[in-house]
Amino acid sequence: MDAGLLTLYLFVFPGILFLLGFAFFSEWYDRRLTARMQNRMGPPFLQPFADFVKLLSKEDITPTGVPRRLYAAIPLFAFAAVATAFLYVPVLGAASPFGFPGDLVLVLYLLTLPTILVFLLGWTSNNVFARLGAVRSVSQLFVYEVPFFLAALGPALAYETWALGDIVARQAGGLWIVLFEPLGFAVLLIALQAKLERVPFDIPEAETEIVAGPTTELTGKKLALWNVSKDMLLATGAALVVALFLGGPTLPGVTLDGVLGAVIAFFVFFLKVLFVLLLLALLKAALGRLRLDQLMDWGWKVLTPAALVQIAVVLAVKAGGWL
Amino acid sequence: MPEVELLIGPQHPALKEPVNFKVVVDGERIVRLDLDISYNHRGIEKAAETRDFSKSMYLLERICGICSHAHTTVFSKGIETLMNIEPPPRGKWIRTLVAELERIHSHLLWLGVAAHEIGYNTLFMYTWRDRETVQNILEMISGNRVNYGMNAIGGVRRDLSDPMRQRVLEGLRLLAERADYYLEVVPKEETLVVRTRGVGRLATDKAIELGAVGPTARGSNVPFDVRRDDPYLAYGDVPFDVITSTACDVFGRVEVRVKELVQSVRMCIHMVENLPPGEILVKPPRTAPAGEYVSRLEAPRGELLYFLRTRGTDKVDRVSVRTPTLANWPSVVSAIQGHVIADIPVVVAAIDPCLSCTSRMTFTDVDRGERSSLSWDELVEYGIRYYREKEGL
Repeated sequence: MDAGLLTLYLFVFPGILFLLGFAFFSEWYDRRLTARMQNRMGPPFLQPFADFVKLLSKEDITPTGVPRRLYAAIPLFAFAAVATAFLYVPVLGAASPFGFPGDLVLVLYLLTLPTILVFLLGWTSNNVFARLGAVRSVSQLFVYEVPFFLAALGPALAYETWALGDIVARQAGGLWIVLFEPLGFAVLLIALQAKLERVPFDIPEAETEIVAGPTTELTGKKLALWNVSKDMLLATGAALVVALFLGGPTLPGVTLDGVLGAVIAFFVFFLKVLFVLLLLALLKAALGRLRLDQLMDWGWKVLTPAALVQIAVVLAVKAGGWL
Repeated sequence: MPEVELLIGPQHPALKEPVNFKVVVDGERIVRLDLDISYNHRGIEKAAETRDFSKSMYLLERICGICSHAHTTVFSKGIETLMNIEPPPRGKWIRTLVAELERIHSHLLWLGVAAHEIGYNTLFMYTWRDRETVQNILEMISGNRVNYGMNAIGGVRRDLSDPMRQRVLEGLRLLAERADYYLEVVPKEETLVVRTRGVGRLATDKAIELGAVGPTARGSNVPFDVRRDDPYLAYGDVPFDVITSTACDVFGRVEVRVKELVQSVRMCIHMVENLPPGEILVKPPRTAPAGEYVSRLEAPRGELLYFLRTRGTDKVDRVSVRTPTLANWPSVVSAIQGHVIADIPVVVAAIDPCLSCTSRMTFTDVDRGERSSLSWDELVEYGIRYYREKEGL
């Protein structure tokens, strides 16, 4: 690709501008689905965007005793981390033009940053609810991040590559990994739900317990940016699951070339993301919130061992030479 | 983390009404809990002394937005007893019917709130949708969704016509279906069970000792229900079971309320089908002879108690309200011990607190941070002194 096209990719499609729209869409889709499952109407299509604009126009308050610059920088960092991660996820073809051998590690790293930033945000907020939320989010981080990484490791181990592009390309040549590693797929979905701090893992921001958790003191533009980063995390997380387990923007045994190929690839990608978002919304609607100690128990005794079993199976299959 | 004082309320997303918990926490674990309930003193008891009986009814109905009918029923029961009159059977039955519909509405609302407190919003949306049915029924009968204005001294103000009864029955059949659904689903629902079993323990003898009432007590296996133990209105003629649970925790309180829901729907259907004919209201005398009476009944949240004193006029000389929530607060403070922050909302919600009905006055010495309450004699003395000094009387 030449420099002009790369810039277009970076900033317009499927880069930052598209990601913004995609994030708003994901939020709307998720909220609408949940609402329908709960026998409600749900928000109109432009609601997330309207919320964003409204928040931009609201007063921006920094509480006293808060490190001003750091506090303002945290939402920006979260936004940048997630936006960067999305660049490496294949959207239009088997590989992103920015892909390199090892981009999976970078994406996982970038997707962990928001949680660290949640902690920082809560801790610097100078508010008891925010601090409790911060401590909760870090406690939760250790529970879900391990199975999340292990589950993401499954496809990488199976194909002996750390490049997302290669993992997708190999799936296009054969079958989707979800068929070989259903357990890993389930673990990744659940861990993603925990990463996104959604029911049943919304412990750090449990409304009825600690108000809004780490974001309690966040207002105006900062909150708008923070919220859109969370939406982007939802979209990027779903896209990553699609790339790792559902063959990304490819169809098995079909070669997609040229502009038309890219268009078809995009729609394939889009439909798969919708499917993943549906699963996440189902999880959200079907359950209530867990307690932190219950999450610890369940995370270490069930979720992590399940991910380890999946890894063991992959290694055994590879050692046996059946793949 | 070191010990932190966490102030929950008077404004907090978990609370729809003003109350303040000072929770001292060590990390997530609760070390101490201090309760401050009086943010909304409305002076209703005093105001009732200046109005005649029928105007007092409208005032007292507004003590609580949910068990409004219970307040007027207990008041009219007391005044009628003091006047030595009795409502006609049909009036009694309609009163009972509205009371039970109110219980259905209150329990459905509570089930949704409890589910919301543990982040289980789907159940919340379901129960509140079904609650619309019972509110529509109440609106059809009384013209209002919450403050029904059905009671009058000597009976009820509106009758149930036959076509109306048919439509009420239709609604009740739907509710019976939904109540059975909740009865089947709720005890099996994993998140609900995980978050309520073993949480907020209140042993049977402890519940009696702390004076818990209503579903809170029955959830701790205290078989006390005013409807059965001191029958009033039509409760002697309508078959129902007193529900208790041996779970002695929040799950027990959930179980009791869901089963009571089924019972109440059944009672309502029975009452609508067997409504006795006749008048609905007797004309009461204008005044009540001097006397004192403690009137009580089973409100949705438990035993509601009114002390009434009359002096032969058309006004009460003194009315004192003891709402079930007030009786249940000590059990919350006891049940929350040793739990974590995440359990506070659901343990508090488990008594179905109705805070504004509960407000009491306390005197706070701001400089010394001390609190005290005044006895009746001290209060009288204070009042006399106040008017003597300030008004020169």
